[in-house]
Amino acid sequence: MHNEIKIFWQGVRAEFPLLVGVFPFGMIYGALALNAGLSTSAAQLMSSIVFAGSAQFITTQLVYDSAPAAVIVLTIAVVNLRHMLYSASLAPYLKNLSLKWKVLLSYLLTDEAYAPSIIQYEKEGVTPLSHLFVFGAGFSLWFNWQISTALGIFLGAAIPKSLPLDFALPLTFIAMVMPMLKNKPMTAAALSAGIVALLAYSFPYKLGLILAALTGIAVGTILEGRK
Amino acid sequence: MNIWLTLFLGGLITFGMRFSFIYLFGKFEIPETMRRALHYVPPAVLSAIIFPEVFLHNQQLDLSFGNHRLLAGLAAVVVAYFTKNTLITILAGMIALVLLQLFGGG
Repeated sequence: MHNEIKIFWQGVRAEFPLLVGVFPFGMIYGALALNAGLSTSAAQLMSSIVFAGSAQFITTQLVYDSAPAAVIVLTIAVVNLRHMLYSASLAPYLKNLSLKWKVLLSYLLTDEAYAPSIIQYEKEGVTPLSHLFVFGAGFSLWFNWQISTALGIFLGAAIPKSLPLDFALPLTFIAMVMPMLKNKPMTAAALSAGIVALLAYSFPYKLGLILAALTGIAVGTILEGRK
Repeated sequence: MNIWLTLFLGGLITFGMRFSFIYLFGKFEIPETMRRALHYVPPAVLSAIIFPEVFLHNQQLDLSFGNHRLLAGLAAVVVAYFTKNTLITILAGMIALVLLQLFGGG
């Protein structure tokens, strides 16, 4: 038992710097979700039901824009497609675990839990207790996300209504996108998606968003293939 | 469809993607083209949300100085480029927008 706790804490420790970075975003999410018109319970429970930062920010924006539910669900699906990559990447290391552990670790598999876990597996390989490292990283992030969301919801109510808080969402997305634009295909994907989003803005049910995203993905993929 | 069903389906799909290959390991490989395409999902989706938020004003394309959100958004782009810091970028953009609304007229 002692050894199991030790490995769990190693995961928590590896996650720690990420926890510090994620905490303010949990708070911002909580405050923005209320501002967008979500109820306190919907805002809080989205953090455990969906448990995916960028998808939650985007859902908040779409709720604020009164997008239809089907478009919100479809957008969450597109935004979270990258988790299939993490799943494929970790799968060989988790293959001998019970179904119960596979389900639990899959639920906790965020960007921030994946990063330290894959580094640990590539360094140390699979050991009988190595899944507890992933659990330590994933669970500490989950716990941190719930607490920071709650604090954001609590403090968000005190922010004056005259502040254009809704603009914090596109600003968050700008801050996320800029570091991704490291090469031509990435930049072309972003620009083409943006332009199609403007052209198709008046499409019904916010379908322009999906069309724009698919255009950007296609443009980036094709340009990279040409190199 | 109400918000709870939306959240439930969104959560179910998210879990399904995280669980997919961990469950299917050895039975199915992710195709190379799809693996490549997945890298472009984040910039494409995020830009598709950003552009209408900053370029449109009352549903119309507005490239003038009267479009405060465009100017504040550009300020955020510059700050993001140089600092690569998310919190500083959000703060800079918010401060720019508040100042423009207070002193920029329009």
